[in-house]
Amino acid sequence: MNKEENKQSVYSVKDFNLWYGETHALKDISIEIPEKEVVAIIGPSGCGKSTFIKTLNRMVELVPSVKTKGSINYEGKDIKKTKVESLRTEVGMVFQKPNPFPKSIYDNIAYGPRIHGIKDKKTLDEVVEKSLKGAALWEEVKDRLNENAFGLSGGQQQRLCIARALAVEPEVILMDEPTSALDPLSTAKVEDLIHELKKNYSIIIVTHNMQQAARISDKTAFFLDGEIIEFDATEKMYSNPRDKRTDDYISGKFG
Amino acid sequence: MKATIRERIKQNKSKRSSQNKIEKIMPMVFLLMASISILVTAGIVFTLFRETVLFFSHVSFINFITGTEWYPFFGNDPSYGIWPLLSGTFTIAAIAMMVAIPIGLAAAIYLSEYASDRNRKVLKPVLEVLAGVPTVVYGLFALTFVTPLLQTFIPDLPIFNALSPGIVVGIMIIPQIASLSQEAMNAVPQSMRDGALALGATRLEVALKIVIPGSFSGIVSSLVLGLSRAIGETMIVSTAAGSTPNLGFTPTESIQTMTSYIVQVSMGDATFGSTIYYSIYAVGMTLFLFTLTMNILANHISRRYREVY
Ligand SMILES: Nc1ncnc2c1ncn2[C@@H]1O[C@H](COP(=O)(O)OP(=O)(O)OP(=O)(O)O)[C@@H](O)[C@H]1O
Ligand SMILES: [Mg+2]
Repeated sequence: MNKEENKQSVYSVKDFNLWYGETHALKDISIEIPEKEVVAIIGPSGCGKSTFIKTLNRMVELVPSVKTKGSINYEGKDIKKTKVESLRTEVGMVFQKPNPFPKSIYDNIAYGPRIHGIKDKKTLDEVVEKSLKGAALWEEVKDRLNENAFGLSGGQQQRLCIARALAVEPEVILMDEPTSALDPLSTAKVEDLIHELKKNYSIIIVTHNMQQAARISDKTAFFLDGEIIEFDATEKMYSNPRDKRTDDYISGKFG
Repeated sequence: MKATIRERIKQNKSKRSSQNKIEKIMPMVFLLMASISILVTAGIVFTLFRETVLFFSHVSFINFITGTEWYPFFGNDPSYGIWPLLSGTFTIAAIAMMVAIPIGLAAAIYLSEYASDRNRKVLKPVLEVLAGVPTVVYGLFALTFVTPLLQTFIPDLPIFNALSPGIVVGIMIIPQIASLSQEAMNAVPQSMRDGALALGATRLEVALKIVIPGSFSGIVSSLVLGLSRAIGETMIVSTAAGSTPNLGFTPTESIQTMTSYIVQVSMGDATFGSTIYYSIYAVGMTLFLFTLTMNILANHISRRYREVY
């Protein structure tokens, strides 16, 4: 049986357009994002990758000039019609630069559960341990949970941010170039982690690194100038792209 | 023929020897100016100190710092216990802070977290203008507007009382607290807010649990500076608080602060060299020590506890 047709879509985007004032940043985007897979978003700088993943958790609305048209359904429901806080609880995000809060490691992880009303110490202790283990950081920090998170290395901070996102048990994790500020070793760790995470989470990751996209993703979407040029299984797209522009980009002819 | 840039620079260099002299003299001038301001300050503190010492040759130091009665004008039997003036000063400061902290911080949160760019651009300068209104105007405002208004709620409130000038001193320091706190909040990086929002936090949660803790040192030092101004405020209390040195926290009665005592004596006819004359220096010294402590504290807090991102 064909594996791909078994998968449900977690997001289904139809004819979606987005403008920053006059700048038309996303043009007629239609895409079905499968559940519990890793989808890589690639494309040259300024093509709208960050804009796209920020629309998925409505963070893009923080820019006052943004206007949109078209629909995005998350698990069958229009994201415009869900409460933004509950959408963002189900859809976690990891940013390009690690952005831990200026608090202890423990409080960073506990922040999400706490704002959603989980206060008892025992549950929080469990969540902290589970999330840090899930982000492959537990062994490194278990003896210093009360130290400030700024004392961690960049790679550890980024895994802390992943753990922080895991702590509210999301369905989807959005990652915007999560390894671009990291050294190769930390990058490898985060990549391994993503591989591990896709068992339980749907992951959408923006990357500038073609090898990374090839290594970690099941599907890849190629963006160019605010449009999706091609969206297919990563293997197929890398070996046998349908569009010449995809081929040119992957083989490094531009971008 | 046109000289090349390099040649022209060379030519100009030789002309610059006169400039060299200026280059050497100017640092001295700057140093001199800086020294003058420091020397003047030192001079003031020295005078204050010398006259204070003279005061304590008339009145016992112990009586001054432990006494609970301040009756300098009791001809034969004056008493110089500082506590009534201290309690008057702190009554005003406490009322002022009760007004200024909630309003100033709420305004700062609005400006930093909620206001659109357009509203912020309008409101910030308005705050700065408010901070520049002469305090005598605030004093009149307290006496002729706030006191009568309060009297409609508290019918037996006397014309001179602590409540009205306390509130108005609070109003006076709101702009400073709002403006300094807003700057501290602005320094919290957007990425912190994004991190919390992406976890499903509301904007209010972001403001209260990320922005305020993240700018705590700046907020506290703005409050301490505000408190220091409230303690040193003179015109408003002289105009509207009366001149009755009462010990205790009684907002509905006339009180006297350290500053308004100094004004009262300076405007009256205390003879040069009398105990009353020297007493204003002792009170001034006390006031100076308080505001100095506050300012050092504010500095210390903002340096020691500054969040680094
Ligand atoms: N806040 C904003 N205001 C106005 N225009 C914006 C804003 N953010 C992005 N844009 C514009 O939208 C377009 C897409 O930007 P976006 O950040 O999504 O690109 P990207 O593919 O993530 O690029 P990069 O690979 O450099 O991160 C660009 O033309 C950019 O200039
Ligand atoms: Mg980007």
